[in-house]
Formats: sequence, structure tokens, C-alpha cells
Amino acid sequence: MPQNLRLDKVGYINRDKKISFKFNGKKYFGYEGDTLASALLANGIHLIGRSFKYHRPRGFTGAGVDEPNAHVQLYSGAKTEPNVIATTVELVEGLVATSQNCWPSVSFDFGAINNLLNKFFPAGFYYKTFMWPKNFWYKIYEPIIRKAAGLGVAPLKPDPDRYEHKFEYCDVLIVGSGPSGLAGALAAAKNGARVILAEDKPRFGGSLLTDEVTIGNKKGKDWVDETISQLKSMPNVIVKNRSQVFGYYDHNMMVMSERTKDHVENSTEFTPRQKLWYIRAKEVIVSTGSIERPLVFGNNDRPGIMLASAAKEYMKVYGVLVGKKPIIFTNNDSAYDTAIEFKKNGIDPLVVDIRTNSESSVVQEAKNLNINIKFSHGIVNSKGYLRVNSATVGKLNDDRSGYESLENISCDCICVSGNWTPTVHLSSQSGNKLKFDEKINAFIPSKSRQNESTIGSANGSFTLKKSLEDGFSKGYELSNKITAKNIKGTTPTSNERNYAQHDKFWCMPLPKNKYYKRCVDFQNDVYVSDIELAVREGFRSIEHVKRYTTLGMATDQGKTSNLNGLQLVSNIENKIVPEVGHTTFRPPYTPVTIGAIVGREVGKHYRPTRKSPMHEWHEQNNAVFVDAGLWVRPRYYKQENETLLEAAKREATNVRKNVGVCDVTSLGKIDIKGPDCAEFLNRIYTNAWMKLPVGKARYGVMLREDGIVFDDGTTTRISENHFHMTTTTAQAVNVLAHLEYYLQVVWPELSVNVLSTTEQWAGAALAGPNSRNLLNKLFPEIDVSNEAIPFMGYKEANLFGVPARIFRISFSGELAYEINVESGYGIFMWEKIIELGKEMNIEPYGTEALSTLRIEMGHVAGSEIDGRVISSDLSLEGMLSKKKDFIGKRSLNREAFINPNREKIVGVVPLDKKSMIPEGSHLVSDNKASLPNPKLGHISASCWSVEYNNPFSLAILKDGKNKIGEKLYAVSPLKNKSIEVEIVSSHYVDPKGERVRS
Amino acid sequence: MLEIKCPYCGKRSQNEFSYGGDASVKRPQLGKETSDKEWNDFVYFRNNPRGKHSELWHHVAGCRQWFKVLRNTATHEIFKTSKISEEL
Repeated sequence: MPQNLRLDKVGYINRDKKISFKFNGKKYFGYEGDTLASALLANGIHLIGRSFKYHRPRGFTGAGVDEPNAHVQLYSGAKTEPNVIATTVELVEGLVATSQNCWPSVSFDFGAINNLLNKFFPAGFYYKTFMWPKNFWYKIYEPIIRKAAGLGVAPLKPDPDRYEHKFEYCDVLIVGSGPSGLAGALAAAKNGARVILAEDKPRFGGSLLTDEVTIGNKKGKDWVDETISQLKSMPNVIVKNRSQVFGYYDHNMMVMSERTKDHVENSTEFTPRQKLWYIRAKEVIVSTGSIERPLVFGNNDRPGIMLASAAKEYMKVYGVLVGKKPIIFTNNDSAYDTAIEFKKNGIDPLVVDIRTNSESSVVQEAKNLNINIKFSHGIVNSKGYLRVNSATVGKLNDDRSGYESLENISCDCICVSGNWTPTVHLSSQSGNKLKFDEKINAFIPSKSRQNESTIGSANGSFTLKKSLEDGFSKGYELSNKITAKNIKGTTPTSNERNYAQHDKFWCMPLPKNKYYKRCVDFQNDVYVSDIELAVREGFRSIEHVKRYTTLGMATDQGKTSNLNGLQLVSNIENKIVPEVGHTTFRPPYTPVTIGAIVGREVGKHYRPTRKSPMHEWHEQNNAVFVDAGLWVRPRYYKQENETLLEAAKREATNVRKNVGVCDVTSLGKIDIKGPDCAEFLNRIYTNAWMKLPVGKARYGVMLREDGIVFDDGTTTRISENHFHMTTTTAQAVNVLAHLEYYLQVVWPELSVNVLSTTEQWAGAALAGPNSRNLLNKLFPEIDVSNEAIPFMGYKEANLFGVPARIFRISFSGELAYEINVESGYGIFMWEKIIELGKEMNIEPYGTEALSTLRIEMGHVAGSEIDGRVISSDLSLEGMLSKKKDFIGKRSLNREAFINPNREKIVGVVPLDKKSMIPEGSHLVSDNKASLPNPKLGHISASCWSVEYNNPFSLAILKDGKNKIGEKLYAVSPLKNKSIEVEIVSSHYVDPKGERVRS
Repeated sequence: MLEIKCPYCGKRSQNEFSYGGDASVKRPQLGKETSDKEWNDFVYFRNNPRGKHSELWHHVAGCRQWFKVLRNTATHEIFKTSKISEEL
């Protein structure tokens, strides 16, 4: 199969190392240093895929990230990656690639029927055609269109690779290692700045890899190698290849993805595939170079038609001839480099130049080499279905509206050049407003908004001399600003070809009665006719034209097509390009693997896990866990084949009958100290705090300034100026920030300090009639009687040598205590409780039993304090002090808050005493009423009441207190249930609260 | 991601901070009679300027201090940061 397309001795590939790979099931060979693209081209393969919409055969257009066509799917299974640009894939042994968007094969693609029908699929076709019937879109049209149009197939399994994140700071970040970038890096580094140089490609040097230039009497590539090794030897410099800086964010935050695995042969599963760098740079030099624009002519999208610079790169970097009968089609001088390179390698190119003549040295050099040049000519059309085999070349008439003559010339590739577009993506992302440069017919950066400097061809300077000068002076200037050093080098002398002015003509007219497709956006199948249609239909804003035609919206973000599209719109509208403007450049510059963005925060590492010190004990005792925010808490302790409900009933019953113990470590705990503590609490909570005695706890409710209940909990006075506050698990973080806000911002005159101690204390709640007996065993030295530790009492005591805090507080409604010890003693405390409680039939209980106990007692929790209720909705109006002001009090006389029909908390029992009512069910008076059925309230929490052995729920019900005794329906369309219920008091068990005080 | 200079800790990345709204809002004094309008303005109404905006930030993953930031809401440029007790 070798086709002798590989040149001897030319290029930077390693000919000693042959590499085998598979493309569309067939085995091929390339060399180390090849890309998938260069290896395929060396094997004579141009046809690589099918276009997005019309399934037209497509080949390689570029040689780097600008490539719009050459997408492949790499590998298979979990490792598969769709939409990879073949021009950026480094060849490794065993690489497997397949073509995308074609069936049954790339050379015979059934979908190509779209191409024959293309008259019926112009821009906006989908919008106009699939409008009706309305419900057909989801069911019929969209699935079919999605199947026919598209790119690769996303992997269905989790990504097996690892991705790392890295944070870095530097003085000067240089993006791009072409001549200006290298010069900038060298100057800044020599002047003492901390420098990062980032190059997207595996090889450093940019245009110096392919241009015939000398710098300081060295060949361009040699100067690159020497400069890179010099930079690498400096301790203040980080040099990175295979690293794409894809986003320029606020305050000079640059994000870069480094490829660290795919090109490595002996990687392990632990080798990160990519590293995402977050770089905060004091100064950024954007030296990202430029991208060649295609010329537009009939059927300009066939395989074998590519950018002239790409053809040159394949020859000079990879030693690959992209064809043996090339036509070079250009409107400028740079394409002559490509022609000369062909000629030097024994291939006779034909140059078709739109211009009438050019006097530059490079054209003279081509003439001297006897290269055949046709001035005032252009390519009108190309032929050849799966690969170009001939071109229709026309002599342009004087006003360039048509042709004086046409001839057919056979060829096997067409190398086009429509001049160069500066790569201004990063500059524009930084907030730099671009300006249009008439001379090069493209946008360049103007005024920087951040610390960004764009130099070299990215700034529209296309000579080597200017690029080097700008690089050295910018590198010095920026580093001087930071280091204040004055080490200034001299710019080396350089030699280069000179290039004359390009011709702005770039879109070939159609000959009479010919309607060739002229492609503008290769990846999204946007043709000249589509853009003309959009303008004809009244789309004026370039952003609208973009969205209507999808011009520049593909994965390549229109790197090769945007400017041609703009020029076309401006031509049609008879405007100049700057009036048309340009679409917004947004990150990322090139597609980024989702895995790289996520990094290591996948699976259980998605967020931190908080565990109590007793977690292992729970695990060993068959706990089934549940997430409570970041905390992992035991939901129930499973015995044999119990269900969740059975276990919750068993655990809750044991609390009501004997004694249970619950891990309450996750409860928010805040230590409050200072002489103004009581005054502060008085302002924060709705009830009075000034007279709380030392050694006593009090239940409190906090409001937001708008009057809505924020959180609740108990706070204990440890000593005169020392309080211990508890919050709900869910709001712990927010309550602390809330307290800090009022102390630091609103009332800085209060002398109070707050500190989260949630993780410093392990907590265990003992609940049930036997809890006092158990407490007595745990603390035999102290008096635990009702008089010594009354309800809401507090005592410090000694748990077999461990200092402990005892709070007599109850969430279950039973006689209960909460014991806190320092976290490190948590497991000691827990095991002691279990050991000494054995004779009282102690059982641990989880959050499900905890909920059961609080629901049947009518205690509110997060499901009732849902950000919509005020104190009186929860029957907590008795806690609103009339004597003092507090946060949110002024809001409570709002009209909506004093409305007597407001929703109130009530209890709900199903009439059949059997059916569990789904949480979230709506309460309605008529379950058969037509929709929308007026909602009277909703079920906030449900449990199986162990006290009465029937289901019980809490609900927030409109005018609830007056509805007690009424019969309503709880309906849950989600669970398809409708249950007849009776409204009862929310205090279902022990309404007088005698047990907690017993 | 913004880079914010905490007056206590120095320059840190935005992900250490949380935003706390308009710094010019003054809470009416406790216990003082306030009109409905005054209270309504305090609880609900905020200016939403394009340009300079003095605002509160909280260094939640750092020193846990609230402080003031003068920021351009259009460009994210930060002109100055200061402690609560200082003039911005």
C-alpha cells in the first residue's frame, strides 16, 4: 500500500520507529512524531468523514486545531472519544480511529441522499418545515433529524481515565511558542520574571517549523531548539507543550488543558490523561499566531482541497506529500512558499493567482524555479466525488463578475490561501474590543482591558522581524513592570522572504447558469447561498445570521469560516466589514474534555463526606446510611430482612417504651462568647434571652429580615458570658454566616465572638422513659433527678474520666438527654452507652425513627421550615416577644402575614388508618374536581405513628386550625394516590408535653 | 474567577468568598419606628448599577471576616477593598 508519498529526510518525524494503527478497520503504518492526519495522508487517504447536514465527502482542510472537517471517533467502549480532530491526534501504537456521521461506510454513505435533495434543505429549513403539527417535533421530527445529522457517538460508560487540576501563579504567561512568543518568553525570563510558556502542539516553534528563515545566522528551527533548551534550564520558567490555553477569564485567570497521557505508550491507569491548569498571571502575552482562510469556489469542500499552509506543514514537519499533481490557488504571496516546497521535492505545482501580478521576492523565487503561474485566474469549480480529480480554472474578466474563458485541469489536490486571520480569540475573551485592519482584511486587538498584550501575527504583524522585535520589547517591558530589573537583551538579526499585498477578492463568482455549492463553513455545511438567503429573508445582525444559518457554530467555532461569512454579509449588504461587526468569541478556544473540567471531583469525590466519630460503629452494626447535606447519617439499623418502615417502627417503639440512642453529632453547634452574648441572642431570636439563667437551655426560633422562619434550635447558657447554640444540620453553615454578618457588619459595637464547634463535639441523644436510669449509670457520681437536672437543664459531668456536657433537651417528646463529649471520645461515649444500656434494652435509632418521633409529637423540622412559613404558621407565635425588637419583627405586620386564612400546621390521619400519605401530596376538598383543583395545603412529613399504630402526617393547611375535624383528600398525582383524611391537631402524642418534664 | 484582596488575608481566588450584597444598605435601628416604605426599601430594594458598586463579601473559606469591595459590575474590575470599619 505505501504510495511513496513520504519524503526522504524532510520533516521532524522519527523514521526509526514505525507505528501501526487502524482506521475504519484497516491497518496502516506511520512513524513516531506523526499525527493521525499526517499518517493517513502518507497512506494516500484524504476521505475521512461526511459533512454534518448533507453528508458530503470531506477530507483534511488544515493541520492543527483549525481543522473543521477531519473528525474521528477514537477507540471504543468506555474509552471512546467522539469528534476528535485527526490533525491534533498524535500517532501511538494501536490507535483505533473510525469515521463519523456515515452509514454504512465513509465511501458509500446512505445519508448522502441529503446532498441530492439539498435544494430542499436550505438555511432555516428545519425552522420552517417542522412547525406543525406541534407535538410531532418531540416524537417524530427531532429524533429523525438528530439521527441523520450529527457527529460522533458519546460514550455510555463512565470515563475510566483520571484528570488532575493544578493551580499556578506567574508573572508572565506566554500563549504560543512562535517567533514572537519565544522572543517574549526569553526576554521576560532573562529579566527575572516567573514565566510560563504554553504551546498547544507537541513541537515548539509555530511558523518557524515551516518557514524558510534564519535568526541570528541559524535556521529557524535551530533557533527554536536552542531557545527552548535555554528556557528549560532557567529555574523561573515553566515550559509546556501539548498545552492549550483555551480560556481567558476575569482578573487574568487563564485556563489551560495539558495532554499528559494519550501520546505516551507506557502509561498506567494512574497516569492522568489531562491536567487542567488554572493560571493566575500578572501579565499575559497572547502570541497565538494566525490561521489561513480558505478561498470560496464551486465544490470547494471536496477531499483533497486544503489550506496551502497545511500542505506545507505536512511536507516540512511530517515529510508527507498531500498530492503529486497540486494546484495552488491563492490571492496572496504566502501560498508561494507551498509551491516552492512542492517544487523542491520534485513535484510540479500549478499556481492559480487571482491577482494580476506580484513583484515580491517569493514570487520571483517561484518564477526562477520555473513554477507555472496563472495570474488573473481563479478556480471556478472542482470535480471528483470522493477526492478531487480536476479543477475548472477560469480567467477572470476585468470587473471580476465572470470569466473570459474556462478550462479543465486535472489535479489530485488543491491548496488554497485566502490570506491570514489573526487568532484573536483569547484577546477578545479578555475584553479587548477588536478593530478591523483594512490592510490585512481582518480583526486585530485594539485596547486591552486586562493585563493582556497581543503580539506577532495574532496582532496582524506578519513579518518575522517585527514579531521578534515586538516579542523582545514586550517581554522586557512587562517583566520590568513586575521585577523592576533592567536586563535587556538585543533582538537577533533575521532573514526572511518578503511578501506583497494580498488581494481582497476571495469568493469566486458562478459562471452563467451554473449553481455550484460554494462552502463557507465546512463543518456546519453552510454555503454562500444559505447566507444570501438569510440576508434576503431579513436577518441583519451578524449574530442572527449566525444562528439562522449556523455559520461558525460548530465545534471549530468558525476558525476558518467566520471572517469569510462576515465578508460575504458585508458584500451583500454593501457595507464595510467593521459595520457588520463580529460575533462574540467565547471560551473554550478548542473543545475541552468534560473529564478535564471535572477533574478528580467524580463519584464519591464529587463533594466532601462528613462522618461522625461513631461512623465505624454504625457500619459494624448494619446501619443503612442516608445523606444529610454533606453528612452521612444512619437512617436505620437493619435487623434480618426488615424494611425501612419496619425498622423505623421497631426503633421508635423502643424509644417510647425503653430507651434509644441516636447519633446527633451532625447538629450544628456554635460557641458564643463575650459580655454581650445575651443581648445578641435577644436580637437574633424571636423570644427573650436576657434572663436565661446559667445552666439552662432555651428553644429559640430565628427569622430572616423578611419575617420568614430561618432556623430553630436550643441554646444553652454555659456560664455568664458563654453560650452553646445548636442549629439544624442543614442550616449550620448559613446560621454561622448570618451571626457573623450581624456581629461584624450591623452591630460591631456588640462584644461577642462566634465559632463553629460542630466537629469538636460528638453528640448522642438518649431518649425514652429509661433514659434517666441510663444517665444514672453513665454518671454515677452526680444527681440526675428531675430536680437536679430539670427539663431544659444543663450540667457538666464526668463520663468515666471524660469531660461531658449533659443537656436535658428532647426532640422525640420523650424524657431525653443529649450528651456531648470531645469528638475524640465519641466512640468511647457511644460504646459505654450501648454497654450500660443493654439491661434496659437500649437500641440505637436512625434518622427515620428520629423523624417518626418528632412528627407524631408535632415538632417542626426542615420539611416545615421550608423558607415560606412564618412563626404563626408553625404555631410558634407564642415565641414572638412583644417586649423587644428582633430580626424580622418589623416584617411580621405585613398584610400577607396577618391574613387570618394563612396556612397553619395541622396533623393528618387517613380515614382507613392504613394508607401512608405520600409526602408532598396536596390537600383538596374534592378529589374528583376538574383541574386545576384548588390546593388547600400540602403534606410536609409522614410517618407511621408508633403510639397509635396508624399513619400520621404533618401538613401546612390553609386556615388549618379551623379545619380540625374536617375531612379532606390528600392527592398525589405523582404516586397516583387519593386518600381520604381527617384533619387533627399537629400535637398527636402527649399534647401537653408531660413526658419531657417527667 | 475573580481575584479578591481580603483586607485581612491578602489576594485570594473568588472561590474562597461568598457574595453578600450591597454594602451601602443600612439596617434601621432596632426598636425604632420605621415606615412601611423605609422597611420595604431596606428588605427588598437594591440598586443594580452598571459600573461602580460597593458590596459586601465574606471570606467564608478563610478568616470568616465580612469586608467591603468596590467593584465594576460590568468589567469586574476591583478598585478597592476595605474592612467594614473603614471608608471604601
